[in-house]
Amino acid sequence: MTNSVEEIEFTDVILATGTNTTENHPVISSRIKRAVSQRGAKLIVIDPREIDLVKYATLWLRQKPGTDVAVFNGLMNVIIEEGIFAKEYVENRTEGFEALKKVVEKFTPEYVEKISGVPVEDLKKAARLYAGAEKASLLYAMGITQHITGTDNVKSCANLAMLCGKVGIEGGGVNPLRGQNNVQGACDMGALPNVFPAYQSVISDEARVKFEKAWGATLSAKPGKTVVEIAEAAHRGEIKAIYVMGENPLLSDPDITHVEAAFKHLELLVVQDIFLTETARLADVVLPSACFAEKDGTFTNTERRVQRIRKAVPAPGQAKADWQIISGLSTKMGYPMSYASAEEIMKEIALVTPSYAGITYERIEKEGLQWPCPNTDHPGTRFLHKDLFSRGRGLFHAIEYIPPAELPDRDYPMILSTGRVLYHYHTGTMTRLAKGSMERCPESLVEIHPSDAQRLGIQDGQIVKVTSRRGTLQAKAKVTTRSDQGMIFMNFHFHEAAVNLLTNPALDPIGKIPEYKVCAVRVEAA
Amino acid sequence: MGKTVPLTIDGKDVEAASGQNILEVAHEQGIYIPTLCHYSRTTNVGACRVCVVEVEEAKSLVASCCMPVSPGMVIRTNTPKVRDARRLIVELLWASGDHNCLNCEQNGACELQNLIYWLEIEKPRFPIEHPGYDVEKTNTMIQRDLNKCILCGRCIRACNEIQVNEILDFSQRGSRAKVGPAFDTDYIDSDCYFCGECADACPVGAITFKQARFAGRPWELKKVKTTCAYCGVGCQMDLNVHDNRIVKVTGNRAYEQPNWGSLCIKGRFGLDFVNHPDRLKTPLIRTEKGGELAEATWEEAYAFIAEKLTDIRKENGPESIAGLSSARCTNEENYLFQKFMRAVIGTNHVDHCARL
Ligand code: SF4
Ligand code: SF4
Ligand code: SF4
Ligand code: FES
Repeated sequence: MTNSVEEIEFTDVILATGTNTTENHPVISSRIKRAVSQRGAKLIVIDPREIDLVKYATLWLRQKPGTDVAVFNGLMNVIIEEGIFAKEYVENRTEGFEALKKVVEKFTPEYVEKISGVPVEDLKKAARLYAGAEKASLLYAMGITQHITGTDNVKSCANLAMLCGKVGIEGGGVNPLRGQNNVQGACDMGALPNVFPAYQSVISDEARVKFEKAWGATLSAKPGKTVVEIAEAAHRGEIKAIYVMGENPLLSDPDITHVEAAFKHLELLVVQDIFLTETARLADVVLPSACFAEKDGTFTNTERRVQRIRKAVPAPGQAKADWQIISGLSTKMGYPMSYASAEEIMKEIALVTPSYAGITYERIEKEGLQWPCPNTDHPGTRFLHKDLFSRGRGLFHAIEYIPPAELPDRDYPMILSTGRVLYHYHTGTMTRLAKGSMERCPESLVEIHPSDAQRLGIQDGQIVKVTSRRGTLQAKAKVTTRSDQGMIFMNFHFHEAAVNLLTNPALDPIGKIPEYKVCAVRVEAA
Repeated sequence: MGKTVPLTIDGKDVEAASGQNILEVAHEQGIYIPTLCHYSRTTNVGACRVCVVEVEEAKSLVASCCMPVSPGMVIRTNTPKVRDARRLIVELLWASGDHNCLNCEQNGACELQNLIYWLEIEKPRFPIEHPGYDVEKTNTMIQRDLNKCILCGRCIRACNEIQVNEILDFSQRGSRAKVGPAFDTDYIDSDCYFCGECADACPVGAITFKQARFAGRPWELKKVKTTCAYCGVGCQMDLNVHDNRIVKVTGNRAYEQPNWGSLCIKGRFGLDFVNHPDRLKTPLIRTEKGGELAEATWEEAYAFIAEKLTDIRKENGPESIAGLSSARCTNEENYLFQKFMRAVIGTNHVDHCARL
């Protein structure tokens, strides 16, 4: 997030798009609901589903799945047309406005309505409300990123916020809500194929030399492959060994069948986890690790706040903290790692990671610090881009609309969107063992609109068969207007109805994120 | 800063900020005024009146949590009249419920019990009337024993004003008033999200965590502050540990950012996995493709992996090896993992599954 969680409560307009916040970030959703019900803030929801937040919204734009760029261009079209954009801000702090203007010109509200189904008047109202606010915070999550145009969608969010001067101010910003607890930290720490910690590029000689010195090793200048590319390379036999720490890609990857085949090809699969997951079952070596309650360390939350976790109970059997396991293996391979504690590793991190340079366990004992925190006197940073963007001026990206990779047709006439529910998390490894969550939500459901259900002869609670070009599965139907006509929604928490048997592995060319939010399916009574 | 308001409290002249109430000023001055229904970050409703104080020239005692300060106010917080009034209130509360501390989960952490002790009440002057409600045990997360409810309304305000989940309310008025989900249903039959905010807010043993029942007394529990391992909000919370087991998870409003003590069902009730019998306890090796995974020592596992990785690298180069790190592991572990892949294996094929 460019801004802080707390600021959401004290802003004037909140634009929430592609985030089902009440289920995925419940404690942040309370901030949104308080802003609306106690502080008179206005909420605009842009989402194909009738999520709970809609109840609190002043305006709800229900776009067809995957038409986000068109909707954003339409909003900007209205804002430019009506001259209500932040002219001074655009002039002094941004570049590329003319190109943007040119592209959005043709996205008239009428044209956008044709593409997205969002009524002309609603689009105009939303544009005026957002642009006219003194402070406006834009929130988004996987509903924006899990498309082949994910990167375009994200850039469109930034375009809109910059156009209206809503960046670099308290209560403003473009705020991605991170799904998993430490996505932010994993990225910050360089668990990415193209960058070292703090996003220092592996192709930069300067960065590489720095790390070669710090680590006493020769480093590769060739950017690596992403998760999905790794699975493909394994399938082709180019990648022969994969070391997996704490993930279950077999259930979370698009197109499971393909990934399973790829993993079976490997000469060596090492999986380090707390349970024998679907992926671990295929492994040649399984290493038992300690869970978050059994070790020390830090997580970085969605607002860039680095916070402690603390060992509360002993790990079962011989299980060890992941950092101890990596150290042990590394030492065995002739590169000794002899950290006595997680804190010692953090000291090393601070040395090579400029944005974490001022973070010590002592300083975050009571309350976490938000990076950038460049030195030990620095109080941390509540919101980013206060004066200038990291690259200088903020750059507008003129973006054309591209439809989703797979649209409904005669054989697969409906759209499937996937996501999470409040009661479960990710592939369910942890929450499915929680009595309470299972009591509340014991199985996967296919959310389907009443008119579709009627047309297909499907009753609430009946088992239905869902088929895509890639696979088929069965689950119980839930008849609800939360799903729009022509669209169904399923979660990916249950391996019994593993929705990624169906999803389309088509990737966003830059973000390499699969299009989990749109694929074409056929639904029938089982 | 607005204008300051001069006043006298327990004989001390102080300057209060305008808009403050008497309770806030007293607390700032280190003067203790007991409270029950007051719950910070929610509306002050003046329901319990144990916070009463004497204000010169006021006709009767005033509830300090609801009374804004005004210039020249002379306040006394601990006169015999005040203590008598508080005693009467507390004795009425005691007598109106089944406050049997012997097996109550809140024993030792109960605000009513503390108040009875502080006010030195031997026993209530009124006969104790058991309200006769059934204890609600219909779900595995929250237990509701309305026989202990003192109708302070904190749970209702926590649910509606803090979480804004809008589940709880009073279902009737007067002496038969009851708190609960709409239409007087059980939690499990309501739309409750099981965030547990109401249980953290309850000052007595009326709303408690079911899984912690008989699992350890408050003074036996060790609270370990940590960060939730589920979503990216990164809620701060206390793991309550007894006998090396996590008994329950509680919010702590004193931790402030980012969640001010609020949690959701995952952080609150989602930790059964920690103690699950299926947890992996020892390394496993499949020595031959197609064979079974068999238990091994760490030494054997490290040796097996090191040998294979070294061979594969020798034969096919470092680009034939890839690593998937995890958005669920710590920063320290992610750092070490990518360092391992880059410095030890020699490849940049390292990613995590967060895009998914
Ligand atoms: S658990 Fe949460 S949602 Fe349910 S009644 Fe309590 S405060 Fe309200
Ligand atoms: S259940 Fe607890 S918090 Fe709610 S009104 Fe009764 S005593 Fe107060
Ligand atoms: S308690 Fe809920 S909202 Fe808070 S971090 Fe955990 S999962 Fe997220
Ligand atoms: S605390 Fe003031 S009336 Fe209850």
